[in-house]
Amino acid sequence: MTEPLLSVENLQTHFRTPDGVNRAVDGVSFHVNAGETVAIVGESGCGKSVTSMSILRLIPEPPGKIAGAIKFEGRDLLKLSDKEMRKIRGNSISMIFQEPMTSLNPVLTVGRQIGETLRLHQGMSAADAEKKAIEMLELVGIPEPARRVREYPHQLSGGMRQRVMIAIALACNPKLLIADEPTTALDVTIQAQILDLMRDLKRRVGAAIVLITHDLGVVAEVAERVVVMYAGRKVEEAPVRELFASPRHPYTRGLLGSVPKLGSSLTGHTERLAEIPGLVPSLKNKIQGCVFAGRCSEATDLCRAVAPALEMKGANHMAACHYSVKESVAA
Amino acid sequence: MSATALPPGIDPALIPPGLAIAQPMPDVLPQVKPRKGFIGFLRRYPTMAIGGFLLLLMLGIAVFAPYLFTRDPTALAPALRTREPSAQFWFGSDMLGRDVYSRVLYGARVSLLVGFSVALLASVAGLFIGIVSGFSRLVDSIVMRVMDGLMSIPSILLAIALMALTRGSVQNVIIAITIADIPRVSRLVRGVVLSLREQPYVEAAVAAGTRTPMIMLKHILPNTLAPLTVQATYICAAAMITEAILSFIGAGTPPIIPSWGNIMAEGRALWQVKPYIVFFPAIFLSITVLAVNLLGDGLRDAIDPRLAKRL
Amino acid sequence: MSSAPVVLEVSDLKKHFPIRGGLLGTPVGHVYAVDGVSFSIRRGETLSLVGESGCGKSTVGKSVLRLFPLTSGQVVLDGKRIDDMPASSLRMLRRKIQVVFQDPFSSLNPRMRVRDVIAEPIINFGLAKDRADLDRRVAHALDTVRLPTDAAGRWPHEFSGGQRQRIGIARALAAEPDIIVCDEAVSALDVSVKAQIVNLMQDLQKELGLAMLFISHDLAIVEHMTHRVAVMYLGKIVEVADKRSLFGAPRHPYTEALLSAVPVPDPTAKRDRIVLQGDVPSPIRPPSGCRFHTRCPYVMDRCRKEEPVLTPDATGHLAACHLHDLPASQNPLNKAGPTAFRAA
Repeated sequence: MTEPLLSVENLQTHFRTPDGVNRAVDGVSFHVNAGETVAIVGESGCGKSVTSMSILRLIPEPPGKIAGAIKFEGRDLLKLSDKEMRKIRGNSISMIFQEPMTSLNPVLTVGRQIGETLRLHQGMSAADAEKKAIEMLELVGIPEPARRVREYPHQLSGGMRQRVMIAIALACNPKLLIADEPTTALDVTIQAQILDLMRDLKRRVGAAIVLITHDLGVVAEVAERVVVMYAGRKVEEAPVRELFASPRHPYTRGLLGSVPKLGSSLTGHTERLAEIPGLVPSLKNKIQGCVFAGRCSEATDLCRAVAPALEMKGANHMAACHYSVKESVAA
Repeated sequence: MSATALPPGIDPALIPPGLAIAQPMPDVLPQVKPRKGFIGFLRRYPTMAIGGFLLLLMLGIAVFAPYLFTRDPTALAPALRTREPSAQFWFGSDMLGRDVYSRVLYGARVSLLVGFSVALLASVAGLFIGIVSGFSRLVDSIVMRVMDGLMSIPSILLAIALMALTRGSVQNVIIAITIADIPRVSRLVRGVVLSLREQPYVEAAVAAGTRTPMIMLKHILPNTLAPLTVQATYICAAAMITEAILSFIGAGTPPIIPSWGNIMAEGRALWQVKPYIVFFPAIFLSITVLAVNLLGDGLRDAIDPRLAKRL
Repeated sequence: MSSAPVVLEVSDLKKHFPIRGGLLGTPVGHVYAVDGVSFSIRRGETLSLVGESGCGKSTVGKSVLRLFPLTSGQVVLDGKRIDDMPASSLRMLRRKIQVVFQDPFSSLNPRMRVRDVIAEPIINFGLAKDRADLDRRVAHALDTVRLPTDAAGRWPHEFSGGQRQRIGIARALAAEPDIIVCDEAVSALDVSVKAQIVNLMQDLQKELGLAMLFISHDLAIVEHMTHRVAVMYLGKIVEVADKRSLFGAPRHPYTEALLSAVPVPDPTAKRDRIVLQGDVPSPIRPPSGCRFHTRCPYVMDRCRKEEPVLTPDATGHLAACHLHDLPASQNPLNKAGPTAFRAA
């Protein structure tokens, strides 16, 4: 097995707050192979966004603090100087955010914003950068790129802006693209366009993608492997089909059961949705035992006393639950 | 996994063999104990605590001025003119032989009175005008044009012009500065009211059959108070400076009453040779204005945590 | 269902927002947010309004709540016209139509305790006989939404998003309404909490026989919650039908594309996705003819000139599309069939 492109080991991102330390991410490990799409799923406050921000070291320190190791192409990003890190950001790792309006600079033309990263990281001339910017706009499916390149973000619709964000992110041919809720702010039909674009670009550009989302539908459509996070921890990881077919963690099962499926009126599945009772625990207190025990219908005293470790429960299928069935794993 | 990995207080006999147990994660940051009470407040809102402390100090000085080893601030002693600071005259004496220390301490009364009164009056008037114009398009279009007109005149000029129409007294100073400040407060309140009117809870109250006056009173008013309080502290600080300027140029507090502006105006002629006459009132004015502004910044951060750089 | 009395009837509702410009604030144009919408809801029935942002679905909700004056059209609530009723006589009628909003954080006044939030409609509509009755009603409302009674004394910020949404529902129920408008009432909630609230609303509707106008962009939730669905595009309803009929065999190309665009949480699903090109046109200058013609994959010459009207098929499934005037064999919608659920 070759070395993965990105491997996150025991990542901990904590924040100092006036009411105590917030353990937003507490011991998360996963890896991303070259060209692979990995989705990180979870509800708000589970630490998925903090994880992605930590990879790019976009967490302000203090009040934050990142520990563990983030190995990208063999180098630990947490050990790099700020200058070396700037060379990586937007170049070999780039990011797309949820809000295309606030992540674009309103006073610069679209072309300048795409060209900026090229001039910064690849030392292109202004003319070359504009030519490349037009190429990028064409790649992300923006009509009349030669005209659009001179327009400002406010002249574009929400979907167009997200395309521009993707163009900026892909301008330097990154090896890894981190997409944080890239379609959440968009309408369904526009979301479909952007998801199509992302799938198409992946085939053509070949970058690995870390997709942060809460939408299981989006996960099912684009991801190859899925990491499920809950309360700052990874509770399950599996290839996408495997995860949806046989979830091993009660939280994942609850999550899958609580979304209605389109077509329920035809298949007659109009029963009640599965609920996960209760609330996410506060991350400011140390949690004894399993993080999900407080909301889990199957939890026992054992779960409340000792935290389960992540275990291989099947081929490539990992979960942290004392009671989930283990298939015989070929060691 | 070995049994030693068990957290304390767990009976190893209860744990089935072969159970995978997660190792506890180390602490990355030192533990912070959440504090309640005064220490907690100080840690959470240091600017507010410092500002509040300095302002309380000034307030104490103003209230207890007669008991802080002062003498009559208006007592003349021509024989003891322009003395350097000494054991007799802590801040020196001015050209009429009056004790600068006593005058500066009593001067705090005028400054604070003007600052607080203007902040209060301008807020109340601005709140009323702002809420009414936020609810009535007709009132709004008339009142706001008047306010635009008033705002086009620099407020210090407006205050000087108003003072020129009346005789100098602390009361008139307060009225003049208040009138000059009302347009800004009304605009602020009107803006807040217009945005609050779009809030779902206001729409839900309409659907719940609440009459318009009650909506103003129960849903709009309480939610404008927070931003208005912050604004009031800035008005207070600005009013104290305006009072000092008016007094300094002789258009404010009558010279008979010691105010920081008056003391500075009197020391102006001797600025080169006897700088302390100007220096002490100036320091007091700066500290007071700083205190009020710090308090305002602290309040703003406490009210809108997104603005504060905390996570 | 069809025998139950009609609670809310809306006919040809229009709401145009003036765009003010210039020194005197004279209108320089209009946003045609809602441009001729008609529907009715019976007792115990849920009608969903679906569409993308800017289609006017929320404006319809606020119009029937009379949160602003209407441009034209009729709104009949329990047999009384409320569209042109003066505010003073409307006030007591408001009891019958209540609302639950999207954002659980801005829908509760941060300066009011939960008790006062829920008591507000009870007091305004004079529902309580005395102080004790008021307390009883507040406690009952909290109980109905499965919140502990001691929640009454607490402030909204002490609750999570899902709990706040329950408080919002309790406020709506306290007025003892006949119909509730749910404006994206579960859209801002997390997946697991969303399921809790959806289940609660379904239970309450069954228990209390409420009518519901459910405004949402989430088609899967809509299909789960609703009896009938109206699809809106650029201020107009393009299709109305029972959910089985609409989700099974959409009769408007926009509905068809919308359904095919929803990501389905099933990695094994194979679907023919219709990806619409371009963006929704501006409601300030809506396109001529059929408003969907700029993005429609089956556009014909006629669509650019002539506006289609909502026409029922044999089963009463309404759609506004010229394709149905073609011979059945040439109608692409018939060929496509239920695109969304090939796998199922």
